[in-house]
Order: sequence, then structure tokens, then C-alpha cells
Amino acid sequence: MLDSLLRIVALTRKELLAVLKDRRSRLSLLIPPVVQALIFGYAATYDLNHVSYALLDQDHSAASRQLLAALDGSGVFQRVADLQRPGDIASYIDTRRALLVLQINQNFERQLLAGTGADVQLIADGRNSNTAGTAMGYVSSIVEQFNSTWGGEHGWSAAPVKVVDRAWYNPNLETRWFMIPGLIGTLTLIQTMMLTAMSVAREREQGTFDQLLVTPFRPFEIMAGKALPSMLVGTVQASGVLLVAQLWFRIPFAGSYLTLYSGLLLFLLAAVGIGLLLSAVAATMQQAMLYSMLLIMPFSLLSGLTTPLSSMPGWLQYLTAINPLRYAIDVTRRVYLEGTGLYLLISDLWPLALLAALTLWGASWMFSHRMQ
Amino acid sequence: MNAAAPALIAQQLCKQFRRKDEAAVQALAGISLEARHGELTALVGPDGAGKTTLMRLAAGLLRADDGSLTVLGVDVGSDPQQVQDRIGYMPQRFGLYEDLTVAENLELYADLRGVSAAERAKRYPALMEMTALGPFRTRLAGQLSGGMKQKLGLACTLVRSPELLLLDEPTVGVDPLSRRELWEIVRGLVADQGLTVLLSTAYLDEAERCSRVILLHQGKVLSQSAPPEVAGLASGRCFVATPSAQQSARALQARLLDQADIIDAVPDGGRVRFVRGTGAAAAGAIDDVLRGLAVEAVAPRFEDGFMMLLRAHANREPLQAVLVTRPIAGRPDDAVVQVQQLLKKFGAFTAVDRISFEVRRGEIFALLGPNGAGKTTTFRMLCGLLTPSAGQLRVAGADVRSAPASARSRLGYVAQKFALYGPLSVIENLEFFASAYGLRGQRRRERIAWATQQFELADQLRAMSAQLPGGYKQRLAMAAALLHEPEILFLDEPTSGADPLARRAFWRRISALADQGVTIIVTTHFMQEAEYCDRVAIMDSGQVLSQGSPAEVRQRASTLARPEPSMEDAFIAVVEQARSRANASGTAPPVAA
Repeated sequence: MLDSLLRIVALTRKELLAVLKDRRSRLSLLIPPVVQALIFGYAATYDLNHVSYALLDQDHSAASRQLLAALDGSGVFQRVADLQRPGDIASYIDTRRALLVLQINQNFERQLLAGTGADVQLIADGRNSNTAGTAMGYVSSIVEQFNSTWGGEHGWSAAPVKVVDRAWYNPNLETRWFMIPGLIGTLTLIQTMMLTAMSVAREREQGTFDQLLVTPFRPFEIMAGKALPSMLVGTVQASGVLLVAQLWFRIPFAGSYLTLYSGLLLFLLAAVGIGLLLSAVAATMQQAMLYSMLLIMPFSLLSGLTTPLSSMPGWLQYLTAINPLRYAIDVTRRVYLEGTGLYLLISDLWPLALLAALTLWGASWMFSHRMQ
Repeated sequence: MNAAAPALIAQQLCKQFRRKDEAAVQALAGISLEARHGELTALVGPDGAGKTTLMRLAAGLLRADDGSLTVLGVDVGSDPQQVQDRIGYMPQRFGLYEDLTVAENLELYADLRGVSAAERAKRYPALMEMTALGPFRTRLAGQLSGGMKQKLGLACTLVRSPELLLLDEPTVGVDPLSRRELWEIVRGLVADQGLTVLLSTAYLDEAERCSRVILLHQGKVLSQSAPPEVAGLASGRCFVATPSAQQSARALQARLLDQADIIDAVPDGGRVRFVRGTGAAAAGAIDDVLRGLAVEAVAPRFEDGFMMLLRAHANREPLQAVLVTRPIAGRPDDAVVQVQQLLKKFGAFTAVDRISFEVRRGEIFALLGPNGAGKTTTFRMLCGLLTPSAGQLRVAGADVRSAPASARSRLGYVAQKFALYGPLSVIENLEFFASAYGLRGQRRRERIAWATQQFELADQLRAMSAQLPGGYKQRLAMAAALLHEPEILFLDEPTSGADPLARRAFWRRISALADQGVTIIVTTHFMQEAEYCDRVAIMDSGQVLSQGSPAEVRQRASTLARPEPSMEDAFIAVVEQARSRANASGTAPPVAA
């Protein structure tokens, strides 16, 4: 038992030495996740700025000016043209000079004063549905605001039902808040999985695996000795991303670190299990690398990091059940933003544990049966 | 081209290599030499002598620091491209594309060298005939044997008839049969086509067959002359001694080597061939060792002169005899390895075909055979790295496959290729393997200190293993395999690519280990080395063809034409006989050499 433990420690130490001794490989493990977290934090946001819009104001009234002042003053919209004729609208949208065109009819002010309500027409470039949708939402909320101001000023007795949007957990609905906690798992997965797969493939390619197999090492000990260092590296990487989220982006951490790291531990186990499984299949380092690359894309796209799982077709949602990243992202987000406790995360934790158990078992089976 | 002018002339040629944070290494320290037109010139010398550096300079792949190098009348430094267009260079590891077929590789090199279609039509059949690769045109290069790969590499190098051929250790890792074929090809090129060839080699019998030999040592030229001249240096000093009935040739050889004034001693056909030095002081000690033995003077060989030259210039390092600290338990004649009807199939291919042999405690047992004969497969089964398809296999009294993992601590294994961790330092590797074998505390410290001292590793303990010179790596691999004092040591081609001095040091250690009860199983392509062994088995096509003491195996192969064959002669005869029998009866497919 002690012998077994000491061998695992020796292998772990050797793996870490091999990876961390070289300055370049040391930096390549620690710097990229932090830099990526910074870059993606800025890049991956749905929040809009500088939305270009063209205006066709056929009313030129005090009311229309007041509405436009609200729009221009929001800091989000940028007027790129004042159109004269409705016929100009199409050309602005087609050439992407404007994302939106706002048309205010001649009778806008008169209708408002008459209390019948008025329409403004908003035309959006639907080719970029996400952006257009968000932009239209912004316009609607500004119009809503205008409604209430106008109503107040003009003594509307019964103000129309006021819709108050308030988003929970992310009061300003900043996508960054949503995105970065999800990156903790995503950025860690790639290197944890690849590091494990490559370290076994490298030994196989360079003949050191045979040398290892003729020592008293048991397959289980070799697997543990390969898994531990990758998990350690993964934990350090995850902590790096966590620090970026808190110290740089100032996203408040609502949950318990113990809960977060327990979830991460299970996730890393599953990631390492997949890596070991790959390494059992791959004969060379090149194959190990290709296989990991092949998995990374579906893992990240089908994880709910950028697009909600609930909007995917049903069969695809079932498929994501075998994606450890899906659970990791859910865990990190909920612990980070909501402060969810361990008990409520069971639905994420047991699939992770199952995945870890299955992949590790599969890898150990492959290890002992691949030797002919 | 003026036939009288040498094809390659080096004058005061210098080349230094600088490694980060380390002192510069003077690979070539102002050498002057020449290779004559239309001749076969050999480049010999210990590892690190500068052979490969010289080749690479001549091929225009490196720039000299100082001095001049003229190849085919062109200054290489100023016009490397012209030189490269006119020479053929085959590096130690030739760049064959393993995923391409034989024909595709050849085609690729013809494309790279811009050979016209008309030339190809003429050249290909000639190359295929010369290398006998014709039947294997569509085989992937990765699936060729070591010898065939070298022949294909040579064919690719020759695809655009070069004027000068540079071959860097073309026969390393190649079995005696393929080696002989390769050698015939090269000799044919020189004799029939008048090609100029400069080749480096670790086989001194190959050097002996060249018209001129250049001996490099630590970046300097020690000698540059015809082989008989070198041999002449040892004239009157070469003797053969017959050991007494109770003594093995190996033991006598070891005793002789330990004398201060012995230049060289090797076991040779059951006797010991040795070269005496010039000093008179130690002569008495040598006479003591030889007292009562039959000693006769023999004609010197190139190798003897070579050793004289090296010993005169290199400080003779005492050849270390490794001492075991823990006596091996068990009676000396126990069968430590028992193999019965061992069979291994990969799909339809039978790699090892029902072989049987036994190795007793303290024996040195060699598996000899051409590339692809099944030696490595047998080895891997003995070490528990492969599962036999059928048959019985007991190592140190246990079946390696079913025995607990701890049973593996009774064996040590040194792979053919350096298989320790390159990024780790020497001491880190030793520490890791000490842990792997469960060495702790006091014993761990002792064993690491032992390995460091016995294998002379102290001066490079902190160096990165991957950057160690070849001989050093070999010693480190041995040290790591012996840390836990195994009863049985498996060595897969341990001396492949090692220079003559390193090989002698290696066998000195191995003999000492065997004398102390360690059982040693080894494969080698150097047939001379089989003489160090107690018993050998010659394998081909997965079968054991001949088995017994070196003397018995040689004896069985003796014919009227060749009453006293060397081990190499015997080996070739045994393998060729078996192959022609198999071909005649049509039972086994011809095996590619």
C-alpha cells in the first residue's frame, strides 16, 4: 500500500518535473488560460455599443425630437443618416450602413396629443438576428421610457401598464458576468485533457512506456500518476481564471470556494479520464493531439457556454448529457453567481462523477488489454 | 574532373559548437585530410570524435569556423548549393517517409533532386536491382526491416548519380546479412562505377576493407593511411592465448584487460586475442597471468593498430568492473529463464515459432538473428511486455504475466533505444527509477551513490539526459536498470552505434555482473561480441536455428572450405542454409533481409 502510494507520488513528481522544468512549457500552461480569460471576457459579450441607425422623421415635432433625444442620449445608438424618403430605407439596410432604421410618421405628435397612441416603425437588419434582436430590445425599452415620461408630462390619467424588466443575478444584464464563470471550466478542459493524452502517447512514442511497464508499477498506479499532475495543472489554471474574474472584471463571487472546487475536482477527473481514454486509443502523439482537438469543438459548442442548451433540438440536448463541460459550466455559473450550495448541485455532480468513473474505468480496461 | 586531384580536401578545418550556459565544444580542431578520387575512404573514431560534423560540413549543411574545405574542386563554404547538387549524403537517420511506399519515396527524392523522366527510366531499374528492393516496391517504408530501410535510403541518395557519396554510419543497427549486402553495394559502386565514397563506421572490419582510413579522435586526425599501415603499428605485439580448462575465455580476457600494459584484449573463438604495450615495467604481471597457458603470436589486424593509436593518445581509463553489493541468492546452475514451445502470432504472421531455451544463473546468453527474426518479440515476452500466444515462459521462477507486479523488481531491462526521460536530469532519472523499484531511505541513497560511482555519472548529474553524449546515455540506462540489483538483466542491442572503446567498457561491466551471479540476456548485431557469451541462440523467421556455446555453434557451421569459421561466418552460414531449405520446400515465405 505504502509502496503503491510512493510510486504514484514518484510518477506525479516526474510528470510535473518534465512539464514544469522547461520555462517555455511552464509558461505555456499557466499564461494562456489567464490571457484567454481576459480576451474572451472583453470579446464575448452581447452588450451593444455604437448601434448605427438611420432616421426617417416625417413629423419634425417636439414629440419626435424628445424621443430622438432619449435615443441619442442613451449612448448606445449612433445616428448615421437623416433620410428624406421612405425609398432610401432599403439601401441603408442592404449596404449595412445602418443596423436599424427608425421611421416616425407625420402624425406622430398629433396622435399622441389626441391620446390615441402612435406607432413608430423600426426596421432592423435581420441577417444578424442576435444583434438585431438585442438592438430592438434596447429601442423598445427607450420607447417605453419615453411613454412614461410623456405620459407624466401630459397628465395621462391611467399610465399604460408599465413593464419593469429586472434581471436576477446579473442586474445590469452584462453578458460578461454570464460568460466568464463559464470559462473556468472551458479553458481548463483543453489543456487538462490534452496534457494527459499526450503524456502517455509521448512515453509510448519514445519507448519509455515499456521501461515503465517492466518496473513494479501497476496499471492503476500509472494511471493515477498520470492523472494527478494533469489535475493539479487544471486546478491551477481554473484558479487563474477565477482570479481574473474577481480581480480584473470585478464580478462578485457569491458562493463557497469549497463547493466550487468540489465541482471542479469531479470535472477534472472526467476530463483526465477522457484524456487517458484517448491516450489508450492513440498510438502516437500526433493522433493523441488530433483526437483531443476533435473533441474540443463539440464539447465547447454543446456546453451551453454561448448558446442555451434549452434552445437546442431535443436529441441534441440528450447528446450533451455526455459532455462534462456542460455540467461544469452549470456548476461554476451557479456557484459563482447564485451562491448555490452543494446540495442543489447534485443534478450536475452525479453525472460528472459517473462520467469520471466510466472514462477512468474504460481507460484502465484499455490499458490492461492493449498489451497483447 | 582531374582524376589526380582529391575529391575532398580539408585544411586546418575548425568547428565549434556552443550550447547554452556551457563551455564550447571543439568538434573539429584544425584538421587537414583528404579523400582521394575513385576510392573508398573510411572515417573511424570514438563517439564525439567529429565524424558526423565533418560529414555535415562536407555536405554544406554546416559552416566551418575556420580553415578551408574543398569538395569536388568547389569551396563548400562559398557555394554549398553547387556541392549539394553534385554529392549524395546519407545521414545516420535518413529521412525516409514511413507512410510512403518504397517507390513513392524514390519518386519523391527524384523530384526533390530534379531528375528528368528519361534519367529515371534508366536509373530506377539499376537501383532496384542493386538494392534488391524490386519485389517490395509497393511496401510502406515504415514496414521495411532496418537493413532494407538503409538500402532504400542509399537508393534515394543515389537517385541522381552523385560524384561523391557521403555515408554516415550506414550499417548501424543492421544485421550481419544486410550489412554484408550493403557493403557489397558500396564496394560495387566504387569498383564498377568509379564513385568516390567517404563513409564513417563503428565496425573496424569494414574500415579494414577500405583503401584508406582516417582516424579521428577528439576533433583531431590521429592517422590517415591505408589499413595495413595501421595494422603494422601493432606488429609483433599481437598474441592469442588459450585459457586453461577451468577458465573461461571471458575470465582470462578480463584479467588481461586489468593489466596496465595491455593495449587490448578480446575473446576470439574460445581463446583470447590481446595486444601488449611497449612498457617493460608491467611485463612481469602480464606474464603471471599467462603462466602455463599456450600463447602464440599472430599477425596484427587493423583493429589492433587502431587500439594502439587510440591508447597512445587517449588516457587509458581503467575499465570499470561493476561490483554487486548484494550477493545473488540461489545455486549457480539453476535455470533462471525457461522457455518452452513459446509461440507468438500477430494476426496471421508468426513472429516467434515455438522456440525453447533455458538460461542458467550467471550466464550471459545472446539472441542473435537478422532484423525481423523475432528476437525483440521474444525479449518483450520475457519482460512481460507482450503476452505469448502459446507455450510456457518462466522468468526467475515465475510466469511474468501472472506474477504480481513486485516480481518485476527481479529483472532489469535496457531497451534498444534510449528510453529514459530526456527532459529530466541524470539524477532525476535515477531518483525516479529508484522510487519505481521501491527503494527508500538509506538503501536508496546507497544505491544511487553506487550507480553514480560505478557508471561514472558524477560529472553530469545535473545535465539534461536528452543532451548527453551516446556513451553516457548508455551508461545511464544501465545504471537505472541495475539500481534495484535485479537477478536478470535484459539488454536489447545495447552496443548498437557504440564505438569500439565504449563496447569494451560495456562488456567489461557485463562480464563482472555475470561473474557475480547476475543472469544476462542480450541481443547484438556484433558477432564478435557473441564470443563474450556463455551460450548463444541464432534465430531467423521466429525459429531457433542453432543453439549452444559460441564454440559449438561455430563448430557446427564448419565446412571443408572453411574449417574454422568466425562467429560472423557461422551466423551467415546458419541463416542462409535455413533460408534455402525453407525456399526449397516452400514451407516458409522468404524473409526479407
